[in-house]
Amino acid sequence: MGESITFWVLAVVSVAAALGLVFSRRAVYSALMLGLIMISLAVLYAVQDAPFLAAVQIIVYTGAVMMLFLFVLMLVGVDSGDSLVETIRGQRFWAIVAGIGFAVLLGLGVGNAMLAAPKGLAEATAAGNVPSLAEQIFTRHVFAFEVTSALLITAALGAMVLAHRERAEAKPTQKDMSRARFVAFGKTGKNPASLPGPGTYARHNAIDMPALLPDGTVSPLSVNRVLARHEAAEGTLDPEVARLLRQEAASEREASTLAEQVADTKPTKPLEEPFEETVGDTEPLVEEDVK
Amino acid sequence: MTTHYLVLSALLFAIGGVGVLVRRNAIVVFMCVELMLNACNLAFVTFARQNGSLDGQVIAFFVMIVAAAEVVIGLAIIVTIFRTRRSASVDDASLLKH
Repeated sequence: MGESITFWVLAVVSVAAALGLVFSRRAVYSALMLGLIMISLAVLYAVQDAPFLAAVQIIVYTGAVMMLFLFVLMLVGVDSGDSLVETIRGQRFWAIVAGIGFAVLLGLGVGNAMLAAPKGLAEATAAGNVPSLAEQIFTRHVFAFEVTSALLITAALGAMVLAHRERAEAKPTQKDMSRARFVAFGKTGKNPASLPGPGTYARHNAIDMPALLPDGTVSPLSVNRVLARHEAAEGTLDPEVARLLRQEAASEREASTLAEQVADTKPTKPLEEPFEETVGDTEPLVEEDVK
Repeated sequence: MTTHYLVLSALLFAIGGVGVLVRRNAIVVFMCVELMLNACNLAFVTFARQNGSLDGQVIAFFVMIVAAAEVVIGLAIIVTIFRTRRSASVDDASLLKH
């Protein structure tokens, strides 16, 4: 009686979860549904006199395999939805028809088979489930068991080889990054130093609080543009910050129009060229100095 | 009771098969393959009890080992394909077709 109650509860749960696995839009939901199915199957194993397999199912499947699935899911992009384009016309429909037909055929076949009452494992596992299984694995199936170890080692090596990525170029050193910063400074005037900290006179270091310069004024470099836009939309932007940002935007516009005018007057010589030339000239010198 | 377990196993296997055919996301397809393997394991365990022999449980144990190795390699392949194609869809890996 207890077994049939367990069976019916878990059968409904696992079939519903399997349908959810197949038809849910988000891959993470599918993974959670798969975890639910595996746990209910583990309970079904335990009910059917297979406590060792139930434990292995929980440890290997819900522990290791599901963790791996979720790990790769997060790596590969959780929000990569399924494309709804059918590459083969009517494939979805016929796949579902084939699945239902397969289930009906198998179910009818199994239902029609005349099965004797289950013999039960009491005789086979007289010494207990785990010792009896161990005896089977280490005597009759010992060769398969040894081959399994080779399989696992090959799988581990294969995963390492497949997931390993050779670096195409050397990792940028601190020197390279510093040089890139100063090249950017020469080209665009981007500040090579780090952004200003909260400042000595700051009363907050939250990200929406602008840094204060030594004279107590706001440093426009430290204003987070996204948050400032958000605050301006809400009407909570500090008026001083708003004035600074407006001023900066105006000066940027001026600079860009100036650059356009310069470009119009001298179309053959872009502005960046002299900077690049000087940078190119100085670089080898620096390297020789270091050597 | 054995019949019930076998029918449940067949249902789960069929649902997994439909998932493999219907879904495009390689990871979800892979999960459906795992579901099919699990359904087979349920049948093995059921038959072990039906026939009063531990062989079914031993085979289910080996299936679990092979499934674990298969998941490791399969997910590594999916990650490698994703790195080169920027997509986990099985439709996009069609280089051999052209």
